[in-house]
Amino acid sequence: MSFQSAPLELDPAQLMACPQCDALHQAQHLPDGKRARCRRCGTVLISPRERSFLHVIALSFTGMILMIGAIFFPFLEISARGLHHESSIFGVAMAFSEGWLAPLAFAVLSMIVALPIFRFVALIYTLWPLANGRPAWPHAATMFRLAEESQPWAMAEIFIIGTAVALVKLAGLAKVSLGPAFWAFCALIIVIALKDSFVSKWTIWDAIERK
Amino acid sequence: MGRDRTQVNVLTATDAGLIGCTRCGKVWTRDHSYCERCGAKLRKVDTHGLQAVWAWWLAGLIFYIPANLYPMLRTATLGAEQKNTIVGGAIELWRHHNYGVALIIFVASVMIPIGKFIAVAYLALAVGNEKRRGGHPHLRLFEVVEFIGRWSMIDVFVVAILSALVQLGFVASIHPGPAAASFALSVAFTMLSAQSFDPRLIWRGPERVI
Repeated sequence: MSFQSAPLELDPAQLMACPQCDALHQAQHLPDGKRARCRRCGTVLISPRERSFLHVIALSFTGMILMIGAIFFPFLEISARGLHHESSIFGVAMAFSEGWLAPLAFAVLSMIVALPIFRFVALIYTLWPLANGRPAWPHAATMFRLAEESQPWAMAEIFIIGTAVALVKLAGLAKVSLGPAFWAFCALIIVIALKDSFVSKWTIWDAIERK
Repeated sequence: MGRDRTQVNVLTATDAGLIGCTRCGKVWTRDHSYCERCGAKLRKVDTHGLQAVWAWWLAGLIFYIPANLYPMLRTATLGAEQKNTIVGGAIELWRHHNYGVALIIFVASVMIPIGKFIAVAYLALAVGNEKRRGGHPHLRLFEVVEFIGRWSMIDVFVVAILSALVQLGFVASIHPGPAAASFALSVAFTMLSAQSFDPRLIWRGPERVI
């Protein structure tokens, strides 16, 4: 074997395995702004940023407020030949509510509203005590894990591109006006992208563990 | 990027007789079956997980067929009803000179799903072949598949928005067709298939005898 035997004597508590390729690393705290990549596959493992917990909390609150606005304000309005119809975000999900497509209405509502909100709540719940230097609240690990696991299914940004496509499809046929909810949603995806850039998973897991 | 891509001889958690959590990276001894830090189930690096990959992959493929055969949208304008499939919708946009949007729909609903079926099958088959070490190109492919797969959902959202908005009675109304459900299921199943794939297998060479 060509491996050095030294790492074997190390305490597993100080090790970290790359989730993408299983390579063992010695986990350590980095100065803010530095990044640690896996030495085999190059996946970013640790990327702390200055006061990132506070930033994530602030951005999550912003996102929640924008989402609540997006739910209650009108989203799009269409008018053609003197007829009008408007729809909220809720109405968009409910487009599938007739007949046997109903489960799809539930799925769409989860993907564009419920899961993004859940992720905001879970992040605030996890990080609020940690940002204040207190031990993590009970079940913080479960909350953060669920937030991570639900990430691929929260599709706010895909929804807004879908809206753009729908607007182009309707462009020649009718007049469509954009409601406040549309703009709230646009702001929301920027907030989500900013928030994600501040999340360093390892740093958060480490903080949860230290209690 | 300054990393040595080929000749890194690395000790893995498996080699060290340990098991790494794929969710949070914490390392445990073999007798743990759940990660005590994040609560995720610990998975050994073996090919058993590929069964789940293939099962979701097949389910996704099966639902992709009706998604293309049945109409995605039913459009009623002034008494005349028109039904559009996914490809039909893209062709119609192209005819109306909306080339950009036609391309988005075509890429998101046809090229990405088909590309995903091929890519996941290729990755899963390459893993079964013990002589090959996938390495960086395979990991890159897997990352692209994971990143891009969810974007196929665009078409489902377009259908939802159009059917919610265009309800102008006799003048024009749009209703979702059965393909919307099977397409959404197909996308969800292929996402689950990609998520079941364990990228650590890409790096596993022939079984080491220690």
